Amino acid sequence: MSGRGPLQGEFFINGDVACAEGAISAGCRFFAGYPITPATEVAERMAERLPEVGGIYIQMEDELASMNAILGASWAGVKAMTATSGPGFSLMMENLGLGIMTETPCVVVNVQRGGPSTGLPTLVGQGDMMQARWGSHGPYEIIALAPTSPQEFFDLTVRAFNLSEEFRTPVLVMADAEVGHMTEKVVIPPPEKIPLCPRRKPKVPPGAGFRPFEPGEDLVPPMPVAGEGYRIHVTGLTHDERGYPVMSEEAQDRLVRRLVEKIRQGRDRIIQVEERNLEDAEVVVCAYGISARTAQWPLEQARREGIRVGMLRLITVWPFPEEHVRALARRVRAFVVPEINMGQIALEVERCAAGQAPVYLVPHAGGGIHKPDQVLAAIRRAAGRDDGGG
Amino acid sequence: MPKREWMRALLDSLEWDEAEAPKPEEEGHHPLDRLLRVDRLPHIWCPGCGLGTALTCFVSALNKSGLDLDKVVVVSGIGCTGRVAGYVNVDSFHTTHGRAIPFATGLKLANPDLKVIVYSGDGDLVGIGGNHFIHAARRNIDLTVICVNNFNYGMTGGQLGPTTPIGARTSTSPRGNSEFPFNLPHLAAGSGAVYVARWTTLHVRRLERSLLRALQKRGFSFVEIISPCPTLYGRWNRRQFYGGQKPSAEEAQLLGLQMLRYFREHGVIRHGMDPKEAAIELGGPIVEGVFVDEERPTFLDLVRAEAQAVAA
Repeated sequence: MSGRGPLQGEFFINGDVACAEGAISAGCRFFAGYPITPATEVAERMAERLPEVGGIYIQMEDELASMNAILGASWAGVKAMTATSGPGFSLMMENLGLGIMTETPCVVVNVQRGGPSTGLPTLVGQGDMMQARWGSHGPYEIIALAPTSPQEFFDLTVRAFNLSEEFRTPVLVMADAEVGHMTEKVVIPPPEKIPLCPRRKPKVPPGAGFRPFEPGEDLVPPMPVAGEGYRIHVTGLTHDERGYPVMSEEAQDRLVRRLVEKIRQGRDRIIQVEERNLEDAEVVVCAYGISARTAQWPLEQARREGIRVGMLRLITVWPFPEEHVRALARRVRAFVVPEINMGQIALEVERCAAGQAPVYLVPHAGGGIHKPDQVLAAIRRAAGRDDGGG
Repeated sequence: MPKREWMRALLDSLEWDEAEAPKPEEEGHHPLDRLLRVDRLPHIWCPGCGLGTALTCFVSALNKSGLDLDKVVVVSGIGCTGRVAGYVNVDSFHTTHGRAIPFATGLKLANPDLKVIVYSGDGDLVGIGGNHFIHAARRNIDLTVICVNNFNYGMTGGQLGPTTPIGARTSTSPRGNSEFPFNLPHLAAGSGAVYVARWTTLHVRRLERSLLRALQKRGFSFVEIISPCPTLYGRWNRRQFYGGQKPSAEEAQLLGLQMLRYFREHGVIRHGMDPKEAAIELGGPIVEGVFVDEERPTFLDLVRAEAQAVAA
């Protein structure tokens, strides 16, 4: 086993393992984590694989430490990742904010389980979607991707690393227990077929007057790392372009506005959706993760019943694909949003539909996936068909 | 003793050696300026605070260490001591409250060529960050951890902390603290640190030598620096520092110096002593010295040994 580099070929592996292999293929060489169901297999795979590619695996004392360790590793110039589930994700929130504030590229994977609290450790949930968006304190924008299969868990982990380097920010991969534990065929392309975004390095050598947080045109500053001689200062306090703390309303406005704008103005490069049968759709199922797969049979069945239904599958969840929903809301009859929570992404769909089309939430408290009939019934209702009393 | 007399006695006791004193290299520049972000001075610390002294001892030790300053990294958490990272002219990180050690762990493991120093306060390192402290020591991560202990949370206005002695008053223990404090050398030694020392900010030469030794160690080295906080902890416990008497208004203005005098009178150097015996009690001795200085494989040593064993 020793000496294996990034894999290539066809594999029959579960989503968590695919995620770990995606990280390896993306050049991740540092993993800090804490065991937690259903994300543990990511850590186990990284513990096995990282030494083979010259990387470091460390099991930290908790998720606070894990999150900080990957930030530190990133500032040492190494691509870094952690993986967790709900309870650990909650512990990571504070220092996710540090990563955003200090513009530290890294990847945080959340294989969601049923919550709140300890909830259902071994069973599925999608209840952390709003926490992913707003869980850390203060105003910010975040990038979050939601895989629907082990293959996509691999692909989106690679993409998460690329986006984190391109935008200099932590990127979340919001998987769920079904996708994490499902075993399927995963094709890993040869390394030369996997495009990687390198770290954006300063073009000037170390020296007086270097301003480490001076952004370029796309608002993303190049990133010097520790040990290169730049003598940088990096703080979670509000800071100026030198990286020095400045306690003023003006400095806060300048910094926070840039941190938010660099993501907002990059939306076109970040947002990715899959559109199925939307051309003639009167009803749109908007779904993500495992719930997009449970909606597949109801979609086909509704078509057989003559309901013109399509799907907008969110691959990027944050920033929310607002324009896609707005455009659809102008011409469709209704949206159906099945998700394994009591209504989170449905709120976003509702916000963007802005009263132009009603939104039918199909909630699920967690612990299982939607029954096909539940989604089908909602599609029928949304289409104005009697659903047979369902 | 009249005020001026004991102040002179205090200054005489500072072990000041003119020959060792840094000489100005050029007009207007201090030779240690290159180690500081002078564009950020003056610092934010209060008059009488020991943090300036502790920082001077640290940069002096760093200066003497011969370390490549481009490879030195200082990581701080939050609090008065947490501001150290902002004043040292090396790559420096001011992280979140309690999390300097795991952040530093990531830096060190991802680039072992770096010399990573964690410089933070007692509340940060062993209060909110206590779990990280013991685990990094247990793993023997190659870090130098410097903890300035002022017995309270200074930045937020002088609250009870994990090192506040029993009976001491703070803004959140106005009737006296009823929690047992941590004895930091004992905690560090028990957790696996390979170097453990404690000095007060009065004992600057010994402190500097200890910091230099800590910087030269491989593995988790730990130096506790007992520092006066006259603005808060000192004010709340003023009588203690004036021999149980209420000081006159004039005397009370010199509380910062009086606290150093207290360190001189209560400081007891006991190298090699079992750190279990080094607990600090209100009005009791402050045991100082080097308690642990040993060798143990670091986390990375063991990781590399495992990797080689697999490859063989």
